[in-house]
Amino acid sequence: MGNIQTRIESSSWPSDNRRRENRPSWNLESGTWNLELGTWNLKMKKYTNLELKQKSIHLRKALLKYIKLANAGHTGGDLSCIDILNVLYNDVLNVSPETVNDPNRDRYIQSKGHAVEALYVVLADAGFFPMSELETLCKYQSKYVGHPTRKVKGIEFNTGALGHGLPISAGLALAAKKDGAPYRVFTMLGDGELAEGSNWEAAMMAAHYKLDNLVAILDHNTLQITGRNVEVCSPHPIAEKWLAFGWNVIEVNGHDFEQLREVLNAAPAVPRKPTFVLANTVKGKGISFMEDVKKWHHGVPSDEEYEKALTELDAQLAR
Amino acid sequence: MKITDQLIKGKANLEVYSETLIELGQADRNIMAVTSDSRGSGKLTPFADKLPEQLVEVGIAEQNLVGVAAGLAAAGKKVFATSPSCFLATRSLEQIKNDVAYSNYPVNLVGISAGVSYGALGSTHHSLHDVAVLRAINNIVVVVPADNFEAREAVKAAAASDKPFFLKFGKKNMPHLHTADEKFEIGKASIIVEGTDVAFIACGETVAPAFEAAQKLNEQGISARVISMHTIKPLDTETILKAARECKTVITVEEHSVNGGLGEACASTILEAGISVPFKRVGLPDEETVAGSQAEIFNHYGISGEGLARTARTCINKIQT
Repeated sequence: MGNIQTRIESSSWPSDNRRRENRPSWNLESGTWNLELGTWNLKMKKYTNLELKQKSIHLRKALLKYIKLANAGHTGGDLSCIDILNVLYNDVLNVSPETVNDPNRDRYIQSKGHAVEALYVVLADAGFFPMSELETLCKYQSKYVGHPTRKVKGIEFNTGALGHGLPISAGLALAAKKDGAPYRVFTMLGDGELAEGSNWEAAMMAAHYKLDNLVAILDHNTLQITGRNVEVCSPHPIAEKWLAFGWNVIEVNGHDFEQLREVLNAAPAVPRKPTFVLANTVKGKGISFMEDVKKWHHGVPSDEEYEKALTELDAQLAR
Repeated sequence: MKITDQLIKGKANLEVYSETLIELGQADRNIMAVTSDSRGSGKLTPFADKLPEQLVEVGIAEQNLVGVAAGLAAAGKKVFATSPSCFLATRSLEQIKNDVAYSNYPVNLVGISAGVSYGALGSTHHSLHDVAVLRAINNIVVVVPADNFEAREAVKAAAASDKPFFLKFGKKNMPHLHTADEKFEIGKASIIVEGTDVAFIACGETVAPAFEAAQKLNEQGISARVISMHTIKPLDTETILKAARECKTVITVEEHSVNGGLGEACASTILEAGISVPFKRVGLPDEETVAGSQAEIFNHYGISGEGLARTARTCINKIQT
């Protein structure tokens, strides 16, 4: 483990030079953009796509480090959704460590709670808590347990049982509508999770209430713990189902920063319709021997595999 | 109350819930009722008519009901998620456990037409398990009001609290067991009438039959204490232990399975305190519940003035022999 520690300490973390930005919001009543400056006091750096890409590599290295230290984690799903989380917290969400209690902050609810290591490293990188605290991941009496909890700064709900994020997010989005509040609600679901019936209860209801401030992102890596979605219990056709439920549906490459930024920043994209972002991803993305291999659902790399993974990621950084 | 007082019929606790929620909702626009096609059975049609913006209908979808309620609560709403108790406490149990209790958002879950209120509709519509499952969930207050006064006070307490609540209401018109100027405190049982031979520890719609039993026993020279244990979690262990020390026998009464409910909660409290007292649980036994109206089911299982008086006499006779 000493070897691992050295590798991690020597890896440089991108410095955080954020700047203020005012974000316009869509006013449903008037059908116009609300450009009132000063209502949004964001401290958000505008990263280039290349910078985000580099950040994702650092984030991948970090989540592997903490999974290795904890000897536990959902490696494959973390790696498939980390680019989406990176874009959300570094380019889209109007939330920062300073605004975690602001009633008008954007909300993110991670429905696929098992990919918590990805969320933890993204939050730590965004300054919600020191990255080093993740050394206690899954350890006795740590608040960093293996699924999101509100004990961790920046996390809104205790999730991990599947099929919970969308109903909760629909409730939050409905509250925003009731209050005329400008915030948006994002949630991320796994594709295996689509079998949970509660998602479809919420899908119906979100369309009924015209919750255009709600965005559900599907981390569609096509694998779940037992194998391919299509073999376990096919969720297909996915886009058609959400369209039929009355949602605005957009398909993106879940590892393409340009596409993710454009689509996620567009929310609310279509007035009076919630948006479903079908993000095609690769489980284990970024590590050649983990990509699209089901055993990495909650596989922990051996020392040798860990070194190999870091070497690959460092090579990507150098490119 | 005095043991000789005549019971005067009031309204259904559900109706009191609805009236109280309208009052609270008019004063505070953040009060919201969320229903699963249950506004009629929840007596919430007047609420919907008066405060349409404060009622959210999610359709027949109890999991979504509780998830949405938790989301609304997280955004600062004071939510009363209202659904028949038979569905709410089990269909939505994981949402109650994770989205409400574990995530610690102050949703008030209102189980309506509880127990065997839907008597003749059969076991699909009975909720004889709600208290048992919720007792095992950390961070939720469980209240089963006995009469209109307790119902009203419980709704007010839930609205004012920052803790998750589960409130259980039946459909039957309940007699008044309190005067309006009495004190009500969550977690503190109400002594309806004092006595020393028998202690009836009851909750919800079984408190009135326990009082009727106490009246019958009084005529026979047996002094019965009647306790309304309206809060089942957190449990008023002090009042339970006092009854176990001062009375010759303790009888628990509940419109619930005898497994996992008020009776077992009292039994473990008494046993852990090292008190040995003749003890009897009255409730619904572990069998397919008999068909009939709520009153017929109550009679069948001895949850009536006569039935409970008989049980009390049996317990006392056992002690004497």
